[in-house]
Parts: sequence; structure tokens; C-alpha cells
Amino acid sequence: MNEPPIIELKNIAKSFGSVSAISNISMQVNDNEVLGLIGDNGAGKSTLIKIISGVHAPDSGEILVRGKNQMKWDVNIARAHGIETVYQDRALAEQQTITRNIFMGRERGGFLGFLDLKKENDEANNLMRSIGFTSRVFAPDSQVFTLSGGERQGVAIARALYFKAKMIILDEPTTALSLTESEKVFHFVRQAKEGGASAVFISHNIYHTYDISDRFVVLDRGRVVLETDKTKITANELVKSLQDIARSGHAA
Amino acid sequence: MSVSEKAPQPVVLPSGRSDSPLTKFIRGNRRPISALVFFIVLIACFTAANPRLFTNPLIYNAVFVSLPISIILVVPLVFIVTAGEIDLSFPSVVGICAWAFAAGTRANWNPFLCVVAALLVGVISGLVNGLLVTRVRLSSLVATLGMNFLLRGLIHIGNQGYGISVTQLRDTSFSNFFIGDINGFPVQMIWGILFAAIGWLLFSRHRFGAQIAVIGDNQDSAKEMGINVERVKTMAYVYMGIAAAVAGVLSTLINSTFYPTTGDGYLLAVLAAVFVGGTPTWGGVGTVVGGVIGAFIVGFIETGIIASGLTGYYTQFFYGLIIILSLISHRFNQGRYRY
Repeated sequence: MNEPPIIELKNIAKSFGSVSAISNISMQVNDNEVLGLIGDNGAGKSTLIKIISGVHAPDSGEILVRGKNQMKWDVNIARAHGIETVYQDRALAEQQTITRNIFMGRERGGFLGFLDLKKENDEANNLMRSIGFTSRVFAPDSQVFTLSGGERQGVAIARALYFKAKMIILDEPTTALSLTESEKVFHFVRQAKEGGASAVFISHNIYHTYDISDRFVVLDRGRVVLETDKTKITANELVKSLQDIARSGHAA
Repeated sequence: MSVSEKAPQPVVLPSGRSDSPLTKFIRGNRRPISALVFFIVLIACFTAANPRLFTNPLIYNAVFVSLPISIILVVPLVFIVTAGEIDLSFPSVVGICAWAFAAGTRANWNPFLCVVAALLVGVISGLVNGLLVTRVRLSSLVATLGMNFLLRGLIHIGNQGYGISVTQLRDTSFSNFFIGDINGFPVQMIWGILFAAIGWLLFSRHRFGAQIAVIGDNQDSAKEMGINVERVKTMAYVYMGIAAAVAGVLSTLINSTFYPTTGDGYLLAVLAAVFVGGTPTWGGVGTVVGGVIGAFIVGFIETGIIASGLTGYYTQFFYGLIIILSLISHRFNQGRYRY
């Protein structure tokens, strides 16, 4: 008998005002797998990941971590369970330094909440260098607006990496990145998997998602319409069924 | 279009830039340095206009009597502006805290108990401001403007235009502790600088200041990274309320009287000090040291203008001129903050 999955959602629903963003979604993320989350604009991908990461509270449904029902769920609890998110907007504060962005919300407070700036800077420096994500000489006290898009994504990923994530959610991580920068992102996902972590990968580019993922969940208009293993479907079949879904609202 | 399996080569970087510590210091403190240079130039101009007066310590000690009140008020206002909000209610909070202190004194309470009463009123006022902005989600500009009128109105209704004398405290050890003098140097200046030093620590070396800056920079990111935006902002308003209480007590002690207008005169001077000191209006960045230097600049303008031989009619004109010139100097000294 395997351990219960890292995270399991049961009948999750969320509306914004009268607009239902997702309704009755059940899914899970297993150990050491990359789950490709696929869906058109407005399918509910972003809402779903913001519920998993604790930014939005669901209207109804259950969130289970390793089989245990979570009565309280927010960003800090999710992070404490090793769930890290690299958001589409990268969730950076651009006028702040790289260090401050990496430790945002989890500042290394020592005595009475005062910061250990030297330690933060040293760790940020090591981290950025170890993932080799910068194309030029930088310092941990560089402000983020001086970085390129790929470097900013590097900061967002470094942040997830630093806190030893068990599961990393990447929401459109390759948007607006160059080919080589995108490859670094894929490399990072593979590395994380080799290290034993799981990932949820979201991208508009279906071929990217197909290559990197082990399993797929397809959302349409706030519902799960298809769930399948990579071994059971080819990239072209996946594209074909997505086209069917777009036309008819369900898999063929 | 498939993804290549070739792993990218990690780039080996030298450990950071090889700038000298001085270059790093200047780069990290552009704003307060620019404000300090402006202040020195200002004093140099005044000294050139009236060398006899501006080489005499008396003039500085005269300004230092009330300058600590501006210093104490400007520090938490830098936090609030950096968090992307504003507080226009602090003049009336100063007033209502001063009222609490004076009323306690009139009732023969222990003076330290009166200070506690003033602090309590300040904390409650700050909480109300913070909750109006973060929970009721009012614009801080309008909500605190309303609070400024509301609290001042309460003071007027409660006092019917009369002040409260606290002359019984004059020359007591309590009073000398807070507003005595050491060879003519006002003790309250030490308290003001101490308050600012704690403020600087909180702003630059503490989780509170780091979260304030992140919130003002990008509120959505702050939320996504688990920062309790509502609570941190409310804490900033409470901090402002505490500062207003300290300012109200000092002001009442300095004048030996609580006036129903206590605090009114500080609105524009303290606001100007924040921006003259180099904290920009858009949030995310700010400087406590700059704000304190801004308070010095604004505090010396009026004295300097009169001492330079101009009549009081010139004061407002030069106020405006100096504020605009200092903002222009920041504009050209700020490097690239925004695109």
C-alpha cells in the first residue's frame, strides 16, 4: 500500500461573485510525478492552483495532505507542507533586492524579528549561483527590475528551491522566456523530480507540457474533463482530444 | 517543437560585484544622502545671509525645542507612505492624545499614567484608521482625511474652545526628564533621535520594515507569498498612533498647555518632510533617515527666512520653492527606479 498522495482535492468549488470559476474538482498529485495541468484560458487553472497554494479559500470541498483533511488552509500552511508556487506573474516585488524577494514572507528573523541580513544575502548568493540562472554578474542586493525576464523567473524558482519544496507548482513558467531560458526551466523541473519532488506544470504550449509531464489533467469551464497517464496517450492524441473538448465540452 | 534533453551548463559567477564599500554605501543610500546635501546647502545659504546668527548655537537650540515633534511624526509616516498608503489624520490624533494627557493631569493622575492614557488613545485611533483602510477598504487618503476632521471635531466639542493648563508639571523631574535641557540643548531632541533610531532599525533591519516595503511594492505578490497585508498595514497605522501620542505629550509639556488646536500645524510640515527626505510617493521604497533630514530641512526654513532678513510674507513662497527644488534634486539623483 502506497502512502496517500502529497495533495488531494475533493469536490472543490470556487465562485467569484456570481461567476463560478471551478466547480466540483477532484484531483490529486502523486509522489515524484510531474502533473501537466491543461486547459484553455478561463478553464480555471489559475484559480485551482491558487486554491492549492492557499491564496484563495475554496467555497466548498476538501483539501487533503497525505490523507489528512486540512481544516485550515492558507499560504503559510501550504508552504509548511512543502508546497511552493512559481506564479505566472512571478510574485516579485521589483523595487526590492533579490534577497528580499527570496525571503519574502519568510524573512530570516532572529532576535525579536530582526533580520540576519548577512546570512540572507549569503544564502541568496549561493542559491542564485547554484542554479546558474543569471547571464551576467549580479549581486544579491541588485534590485529585481534590473534583471531580465529569465533572471526574474530564476529568482522566483530559487525561492521555491530554497525552502526544499516537496511539490512545486509552476504556472506558465515559460511565458515570455527565450528558448534557452525555457530550457533552463525544464531542466529545473527534471532536477526537482530527480531529487524526489513532485511538480504541477501549467503551460499554454501543449508540447512543452507533454514532454515534461507524467500525467495530465485537463480542465474545461471549471471541471476536470480528462485525466490520463502519458503512457496511454501520444502528444497528437492529446491535442486531438483537446480540440474535441474545445468543440463539445467533453472528451471524445 | 520538442524540448531538448541537453542540460544547460551552470554559469560560474564571481561572488558579486567588486565595488568598494563606499560605492556600495552611496548606491544604497542615494536618497538620504541627497537630502543631507540639500540640507547642508540650505544651511550654507542661510549662514551666508546671516553669518552672525547661524554660527550661534542658540538658533539651533531654538529650533530643536519643537523639531523632535516633527521627527517623531515623520518616522511612522515614512512606513505608511512606503506601504503605499497615506495618513492625514495624525494632526488630530496628536491633539486628542494631548487632550487625554492634559485631562489626566488636571485630574491629578500620576503623570506616567497620563502618558499611558495618551498612548492608549493613540493606539485606538491608529487601529480605527488601519481597520477603515484594510477591512472596510476605504481609500486611506479620504478615510484619514475624514478622521482628521472627526477627531478635531471631538476635541472642539469636548473643550468648547478652551485649553487645559498643565503648569503644575513645569520643572518637575517628570517634565525635566522629557523636555529639560542640558546646557541649553533640549532633551527632547535626544528622545526624538532615539525614536528615529528605533524606527530606522524597524524599517531596515526588521521583518516589519521588509514586509512594509514588499506590500507597497506589489501587494498581490505579498499576498501570494503569505504576508498578512491587512495586519501589517494596520500595525503601521498603530505605530503612527503611538508616535502621535508621544508627540502630543511632548507638545503639551513644551507649551505647558493643551490647546484644542494642538497638532494642527504639523500636517503640511511633516508630509513635506517625508517627500523632501526622499521617500517617493508610489510606495515600495522609503527612507527613515531621509525623512528625519527632511524634518530638519522643513524645520529650519522659517527660521532661516526670517533670519535672512526677509519678512514673514516670504515664508510660504520659500517653503514651496524649497520643497520643489528638493524634489527636483531627488528626481535627478535617483538612478533608475521605474521604467
